[in-house]
Amino acid sequence: MIPRRGSVRRQVRVARPAAEVWALVGDPARLAEWFPGVTSVTVEGDHRRVATAAGVTFDEDLLTVDPLARRFQYRVTGGLFHEHLGTLDVLDLGDGTCLVVYATDADPATLALVVGGAAGAGIERARCILEGARPVGWGA
Amino acid sequence: MARRKILFVTTDQQRYDTLGCNGGTLARTPVVDGLAAAGIRYERAVPQSVVCMPSRSTMLTGQHPTTHGVWMNGVPLPSDAPSVAAVLRDAGYRTALVGKAHFEPFLDPFLRFPENALARSGTVPVGGPHRGFDHLELATHGPVGPLHYARWLASEHPDAISGFYRVLDAAMQVNAEGGGDTGAPQVGVNPIERGLYHTDWVAERTIAWLDGLAADDDWFCWMSFPDPHHPWDPPQSEVGRVDWREVPLPAGYPEQASERERILDTKPRHWRLWYDGKLVSNYEAPAQWVPATLTPDQVREVNARNAVECELIDEALGRVLARIAERGWADDVDVVFTSDHGELQGDFGLLFKGPYHVDALMRLPLVWRPAPSAGVAPAVVTRPVGLVDLAPTFCAVAGLEPPPFLEGRRLPVHDADATDRGFDRVLTEWDSELFGTDVHVRTLTRDRWVVTTYLPGTCHDGSEGELYDLVEDPLQRVNRFDDPALRSLRDDLVADLRDHLLRPRVPRLEVEAPV
Repeated sequence: MIPRRGSVRRQVRVARPAAEVWALVGDPARLAEWFPGVTSVTVEGDHRRVATAAGVTFDEDLLTVDPLARRFQYRVTGGLFHEHLGTLDVLDLGDGTCLVVYATDADPATLALVVGGAAGAGIERARCILEGARPVGWGA
Repeated sequence: MARRKILFVTTDQQRYDTLGCNGGTLARTPVVDGLAAAGIRYERAVPQSVVCMPSRSTMLTGQHPTTHGVWMNGVPLPSDAPSVAAVLRDAGYRTALVGKAHFEPFLDPFLRFPENALARSGTVPVGGPHRGFDHLELATHGPVGPLHYARWLASEHPDAISGFYRVLDAAMQVNAEGGGDTGAPQVGVNPIERGLYHTDWVAERTIAWLDGLAADDDWFCWMSFPDPHHPWDPPQSEVGRVDWREVPLPAGYPEQASERERILDTKPRHWRLWYDGKLVSNYEAPAQWVPATLTPDQVREVNARNAVECELIDEALGRVLARIAERGWADDVDVVFTSDHGELQGDFGLLFKGPYHVDALMRLPLVWRPAPSAGVAPAVVTRPVGLVDLAPTFCAVAGLEPPPFLEGRRLPVHDADATDRGFDRVLTEWDSELFGTDVHVRTLTRDRWVVTTYLPGTCHDGSEGELYDLVEDPLQRVNRFDDPALRSLRDDLVADLRDHLLRPRVPRLEVEAPV
C-alpha cells in the first residue's frame, strides 16, 4: 500500500561558501527569490504566508531558524496537509562549497512528492543564482 | 513522397480489442474500422512504456524512455527534448495539440510547468511554440485543474463540474470509491450533457483550429482524447448504449478466484502482491483498492462504460473527419489512430495498469490510413512495431529525412515491407520508485514471444522473469520462463533483449510529482 506519510529529500552542491548560501535560503522572507512558482511571501513573527502562481496559499509555522547550525524548519498548517515538516540544511563541506539538503515530510504522502519536487527545483535554482549561472529547470 | 497533412489521433489507456476492426464486439467503432479498412491495421503495436508520461514522450520524441529520460509518471520531459512537432513546424507545418498532453506533471500547485500555466494566457504559448506546437488547448480526465477544458467548464458551465467522479480522494490518492450499479472503483454517474464532456470538447476545439487554417496550409494536429482512461464516468445519457448486465466476461478474466490466484502465482510476486492489496507500485492505481475484491459484475460494468467511451471517441473522430472533408482535404490527410497504453480491464482479476507487461497493456490499437492521394494499398501488418516508430512516420508523410535523434523507423506498410526492413523486435520498459517501493522491468517482443526480465527491486531479486507464447497462449496465462524445454529459447531472447537495451540518460531525471 502507499503509506499515508511520505518523505522526500533533494540535495544540491553549491560552489559558494555556506554562509553566503544560508543568507539566501535560510531567510524565510526571501523564498520567492528561489522557490519556483512562489509569487508572494509575508513573514510576521513565527508565521509565514506563501502564495503561489496557481492561487494556492500556504500558511506556515516557522519552527527553526538557526544560523549557527544553518538549519531552517517550517510546518505547513491546514489545507490539505494532515501533517507537514520541511527541513532545509546547509552543510559546509570545508572547501568553500556547501551541500543544501531539503527534506519534505508530509501526510498525505502525495503532497510530500509535490512539494519535495518543487523544492528540488528550488534549490537547483538557488544554486544557479548563487553561482551566477543561468537558472534552469521548471519554473525558472 | 509528397508532403501531406497529418491528423494524429490518440486515446488514453485503450486496449487493442476495444475496436471492431480488432475483433471487439462491445463498442461500435465504425469510423476507426473504416480507416483500418482503407489503410493499414497493425496487429502487434507495442508501447515503450505502459504509463502515460513516458509513452507520450516516446510518441513526441521518437525515443525510448531510457533516452528521453521520462522513466515514470511525474518525471517531466525536459523542455529541450527533441520533438517531431518541432521538426514539422520547422518544415513549414502549422502544428497543434488539442486534448491531453501530459509531458509535464498535472499535480502542480506552484504552476511551474508550462502545460499547466498556458491556459491563463490563451492557446498560443507566450514566447514561441511549446514543444513544437503553435497552438495548445489542453484537457485531462476531469473538470478540476488549470487546463483549458477545466477553465472553460468553470467559466461557462460550472454546474456541470460536480457531476464528474472525483479522481483523487481526501488523502490526495487516486480514489478507490465505488460507483455505478456495482460499486466498481472509479465508476461514476455523470449527469453532464454529452456536448460538454471532454471527448466532444476535444473534437470541437480541433475543428475550430482546423477552421482557422488556410486551404493550402500544411498541418499536423495531435488530437488527444483523455478517454477511455479511468474514471469511467461518461455522460449518463449515453450509458444505456451498452447494458452492463449483458456484457460477457472478458476472456482474460478467470471467473473463479482459485483459478485467478493460481495463474497469478505463476508470475513474479508483485502480481499477487497487488491482487491481495499488499503492494502498489503505480500511483494511478487506487491505493486503497484491493483487486481481489473485484466482482464479475464490476468487470462487466467497467467494460460497458469503457465501450461507451470508445463509441463517443469514434463518433467525435467522425465529426472531425467530416469537417476535414468539407474543407476539401479528404484526399490529402494521413490519419494515425493509436493509444498510449492499454488497460487491464479485468484481465487476471485486475484493473488499471502497472508493471505488468501483457497484452492488456502492451497490445495497442494502431491504424494508419495514409492519405488516399498516396495510393497506399490497404494491409494488415502482423510484425511488431512500436510507438517509437510514429515520429519517423510523420516525417516520412511530410517528405522529410528522419532527424538523427529518432530511434524508430517509419511504420511498414505491409508485412513484406516489415520483413525487408527488419521489424523484428520491440522494447518496453518500466521503472517506478514510489515511497520506498521500486520495480524495474525490461521486456522484448519478438516473433511470437514476449520475454520479461526484472531488475533487483523491492520484491524482485533480479532472477525473475516471464515468457509467453503469444500464439499458443494468447491470454498469457502460462509463464514459461522457467520451462526447461524452452531454456535455450529463453536465454536467446533475454540475450537479445539485453543486447538492445539503450544507455540510460545521465544524470537520471527527478520525479517532481506523483503524476
